[in-house]
Amino acid sequence: MTDRIYSKKMTEIMAQFIKHTAIHLPDDVMSKLGELYEAEDNPRALQIYDVMLENLRLAEEMERPICQDTGFMQFLIKCGSEFPLLGDLEEVLKEALAEATEETPLRLNVVETFSEENTGTNMGPGAPTVWWEIMPGRDNCEIYVYPAGGGSSMPGASAVLTPSQGYEGAEAFVLERVLEKGPNACPPLLVGVGLGNSSETAALNAKRALLMSVDSVNEDEGAALMEKRLEKALNESGIGPQGLGGKNTVYGVNVVDTARHPACMGVAVATGCWVHRRGHICFDRDLNWKSDTHKDFNY
Amino acid sequence: MTEIRDGRRIIKEPVTTEDIKDLKAGDVFYYSGEALTGRDAVHERVVVDGQDIPVDISDKILLHAGPIVKRVDDGWECFAMGPTTSMRMEDFEEEFIRKTGVKIIVGKGAMAEKTEKACREEGCICCVMPAGCAVVGAACTESVLEGYWTDLGMPEAAWHVRVKEIGPLIVTIDTSGRNFFKDRN
Ligand code: SF4
Repeated sequence: MTDRIYSKKMTEIMAQFIKHTAIHLPDDVMSKLGELYEAEDNPRALQIYDVMLENLRLAEEMERPICQDTGFMQFLIKCGSEFPLLGDLEEVLKEALAEATEETPLRLNVVETFSEENTGTNMGPGAPTVWWEIMPGRDNCEIYVYPAGGGSSMPGASAVLTPSQGYEGAEAFVLERVLEKGPNACPPLLVGVGLGNSSETAALNAKRALLMSVDSVNEDEGAALMEKRLEKALNESGIGPQGLGGKNTVYGVNVVDTARHPACMGVAVATGCWVHRRGHICFDRDLNWKSDTHKDFNY
Repeated sequence: MTEIRDGRRIIKEPVTTEDIKDLKAGDVFYYSGEALTGRDAVHERVVVDGQDIPVDISDKILLHAGPIVKRVDDGWECFAMGPTTSMRMEDFEEEFIRKTGVKIIVGKGAMAEKTEKACREEGCICCVMPAGCAVVGAACTESVLEGYWTDLGMPEAAWHVRVKEIGPLIVTIDTSGRNFFKDRN
């Protein structure tokens, strides 16, 4: 294949994948939603779950986005330095987004800061968001697709704490934020917690945490305990689906941490809503692909 | 006008004070008739810029929603529509209710004191509709009658739509100003 044919093929696959993720929830989120539904006993919460499930069924049947808040796309790319399309990837993703915007259609969701103009294309300075990670010597490429909803982004926050505030302070920060802002972010939520050196490293870790499966468990024992404690406290809050009361409030809590300066602890929280449309697709150098979040995705 | 069918309470346009005055925070109903969407920018035009709302909504509902609409031959088709965070409109809502006379506001999540006050004094209710359920919302939307203020962009424009039995709508602030999000427990 020439480079041009190559990049055209990848653009096509990515356009279809973006469309697919707007219409179908990832497999792990689907099964978690089913579990929460089964566990619920509050009649109002059950009525809300019924509408959610009916909506998912209709979205699939009518091939329409589950939620209208689509269009502001965030990509996390983990790309091997030897992947043949490394240099074309941003272009590929932009074209794929343009195609998906037209075909799905996605809502026109990108507004320029200060001028407040809607660009009408879902693209603008720094939009879509693209985060890069290069994997030296590898020839494959993984792409995470995440349409950032407005409501689900609202609870996001980060801060830098002193070591004396420590892990307890970090947990309190996350709890306070989610209890205050979570009810409006369409629970049940996936809560991403990031710990790191500074506010922005913590924030990016929190986003990475959102891109992991809803029931992933941190390998570190202390981090895993933090996940459990936060999950328990948030579920016990009784916020429930749509904030109107119910047995469970979160799909789960994921912690991602990186090393830090001994004098400070960056902490951040990011939330995904019940329509947690995270997609993950992996390509080899010949563009054979596989998605572990959407096993039914076909192209 | 209110109709009870198969145990379902359906409020139909024109909405009257009679339809909403006995509804209590936590009650559930459905709505059929015309509606107008309005988010941040629509509120700003009405409240800050003093512009007239393009459709008289005193007997219809206001939807805090920004749909996905698609151009079709001679009009628009609603592709996906669900509510957006109502709290963003809290600073404007009191005056918006007084200016437009709207009696039912549908969005998502809580609203606060100023809206409670206007609901109590003007006879208005706020409701939430399960959010993230945009296909259910679109399936309830019979037609898009007109798009006003489309210069604001697709999510922010004022879309005049006709809906059929949209819901369930759960009352979160009733005409006594009681707020379900605060008094639930
Ligand atoms: S928070 Fe999620 S489900 Fe709710 S409106 Fe936003 S994108 Fe949709």
